[in-house]
Amino acid sequence: MNMKFDLPTKMNRRTWIQRIQKLTILTLGAWFSPAFVFAKKEDADEAIQKIASGAKIQDGKVTLIIPPLVENGNLVVLKVSVDSPMTANDYVKTIHVIAEGNPLPNVFTAYLTPRSGAASITTRVRLADSQRVWAIAQMSNGSFWQGSAETFVTLSACTEMV
Amino acid sequence: MSKTSRTSITMPSTAKKGTIIEIRAIAQHDMESGFRYTESGKSIPRDIIRTFTCLYNDVEVFKADFYSGIGANPLIIFTTIATESGTLQFKWLGDDDYEAVNQARITVS
Repeated sequence: MNMKFDLPTKMNRRTWIQRIQKLTILTLGAWFSPAFVFAKKEDADEAIQKIASGAKIQDGKVTLIIPPLVENGNLVVLKVSVDSPMTANDYVKTIHVIAEGNPLPNVFTAYLTPRSGAASITTRVRLADSQRVWAIAQMSNGSFWQGSAETFVTLSACTEMV
Repeated sequence: MSKTSRTSITMPSTAKKGTIIEIRAIAQHDMESGFRYTESGKSIPRDIIRTFTCLYNDVEVFKADFYSGIGANPLIIFTTIATESGTLQFKWLGDDDYEAVNQARITVS
């Protein structure tokens, strides 16, 4: 049997230059693509580390409620509550919300006092992508607690043109 | 965004002493994230409300810092204990000298 490979016979200088050009455009395109501006998990971890400044964050006490499926990431109702008696000696000082898939992971920080009565905050946030959202609470005794919720976003916020 | 805008507060006007009341505060604001681009590729500068504070008879009972991740027309629902009759003052501060103030009265029995 006559096995003849049809190799490109003419691999001259021009073809090579054209190929390299295409490759360069592709690489640059990937570099500037919107996917690149989204925060990585590491950025969120860094933001969380900055909040706790090295202290240990325990799991629990914090409940974060977001819809599991979001059609439009521009306005997502987020409710965060912390299990605390909210007395003068034992209360929640701050609540931080971190979205690991947003260009800027920080979403908001709430400062509470014993006069808050309950540690429960509801607001509307933007989510750039399907992701896990974290809530970190600092108690009056200095301990940190965290909770999280995962959501699926079909239409992302932030990246649309005007 | 203009220097100020419409705000709205929803909370009970009367309460029993010691009960927890819920306050809903909303401000009209675009909350431009600073991550968007125009069709010509120009970056749109950030223009957001950065802080919200609530004073109960001039004592701060609640404060929040907002970032780009808060949606347009920021709504925040929080709680406080009805301690005495008086005025609750709400203040929003943001980029480009944005400032909005609102207040509500409460009678505590």
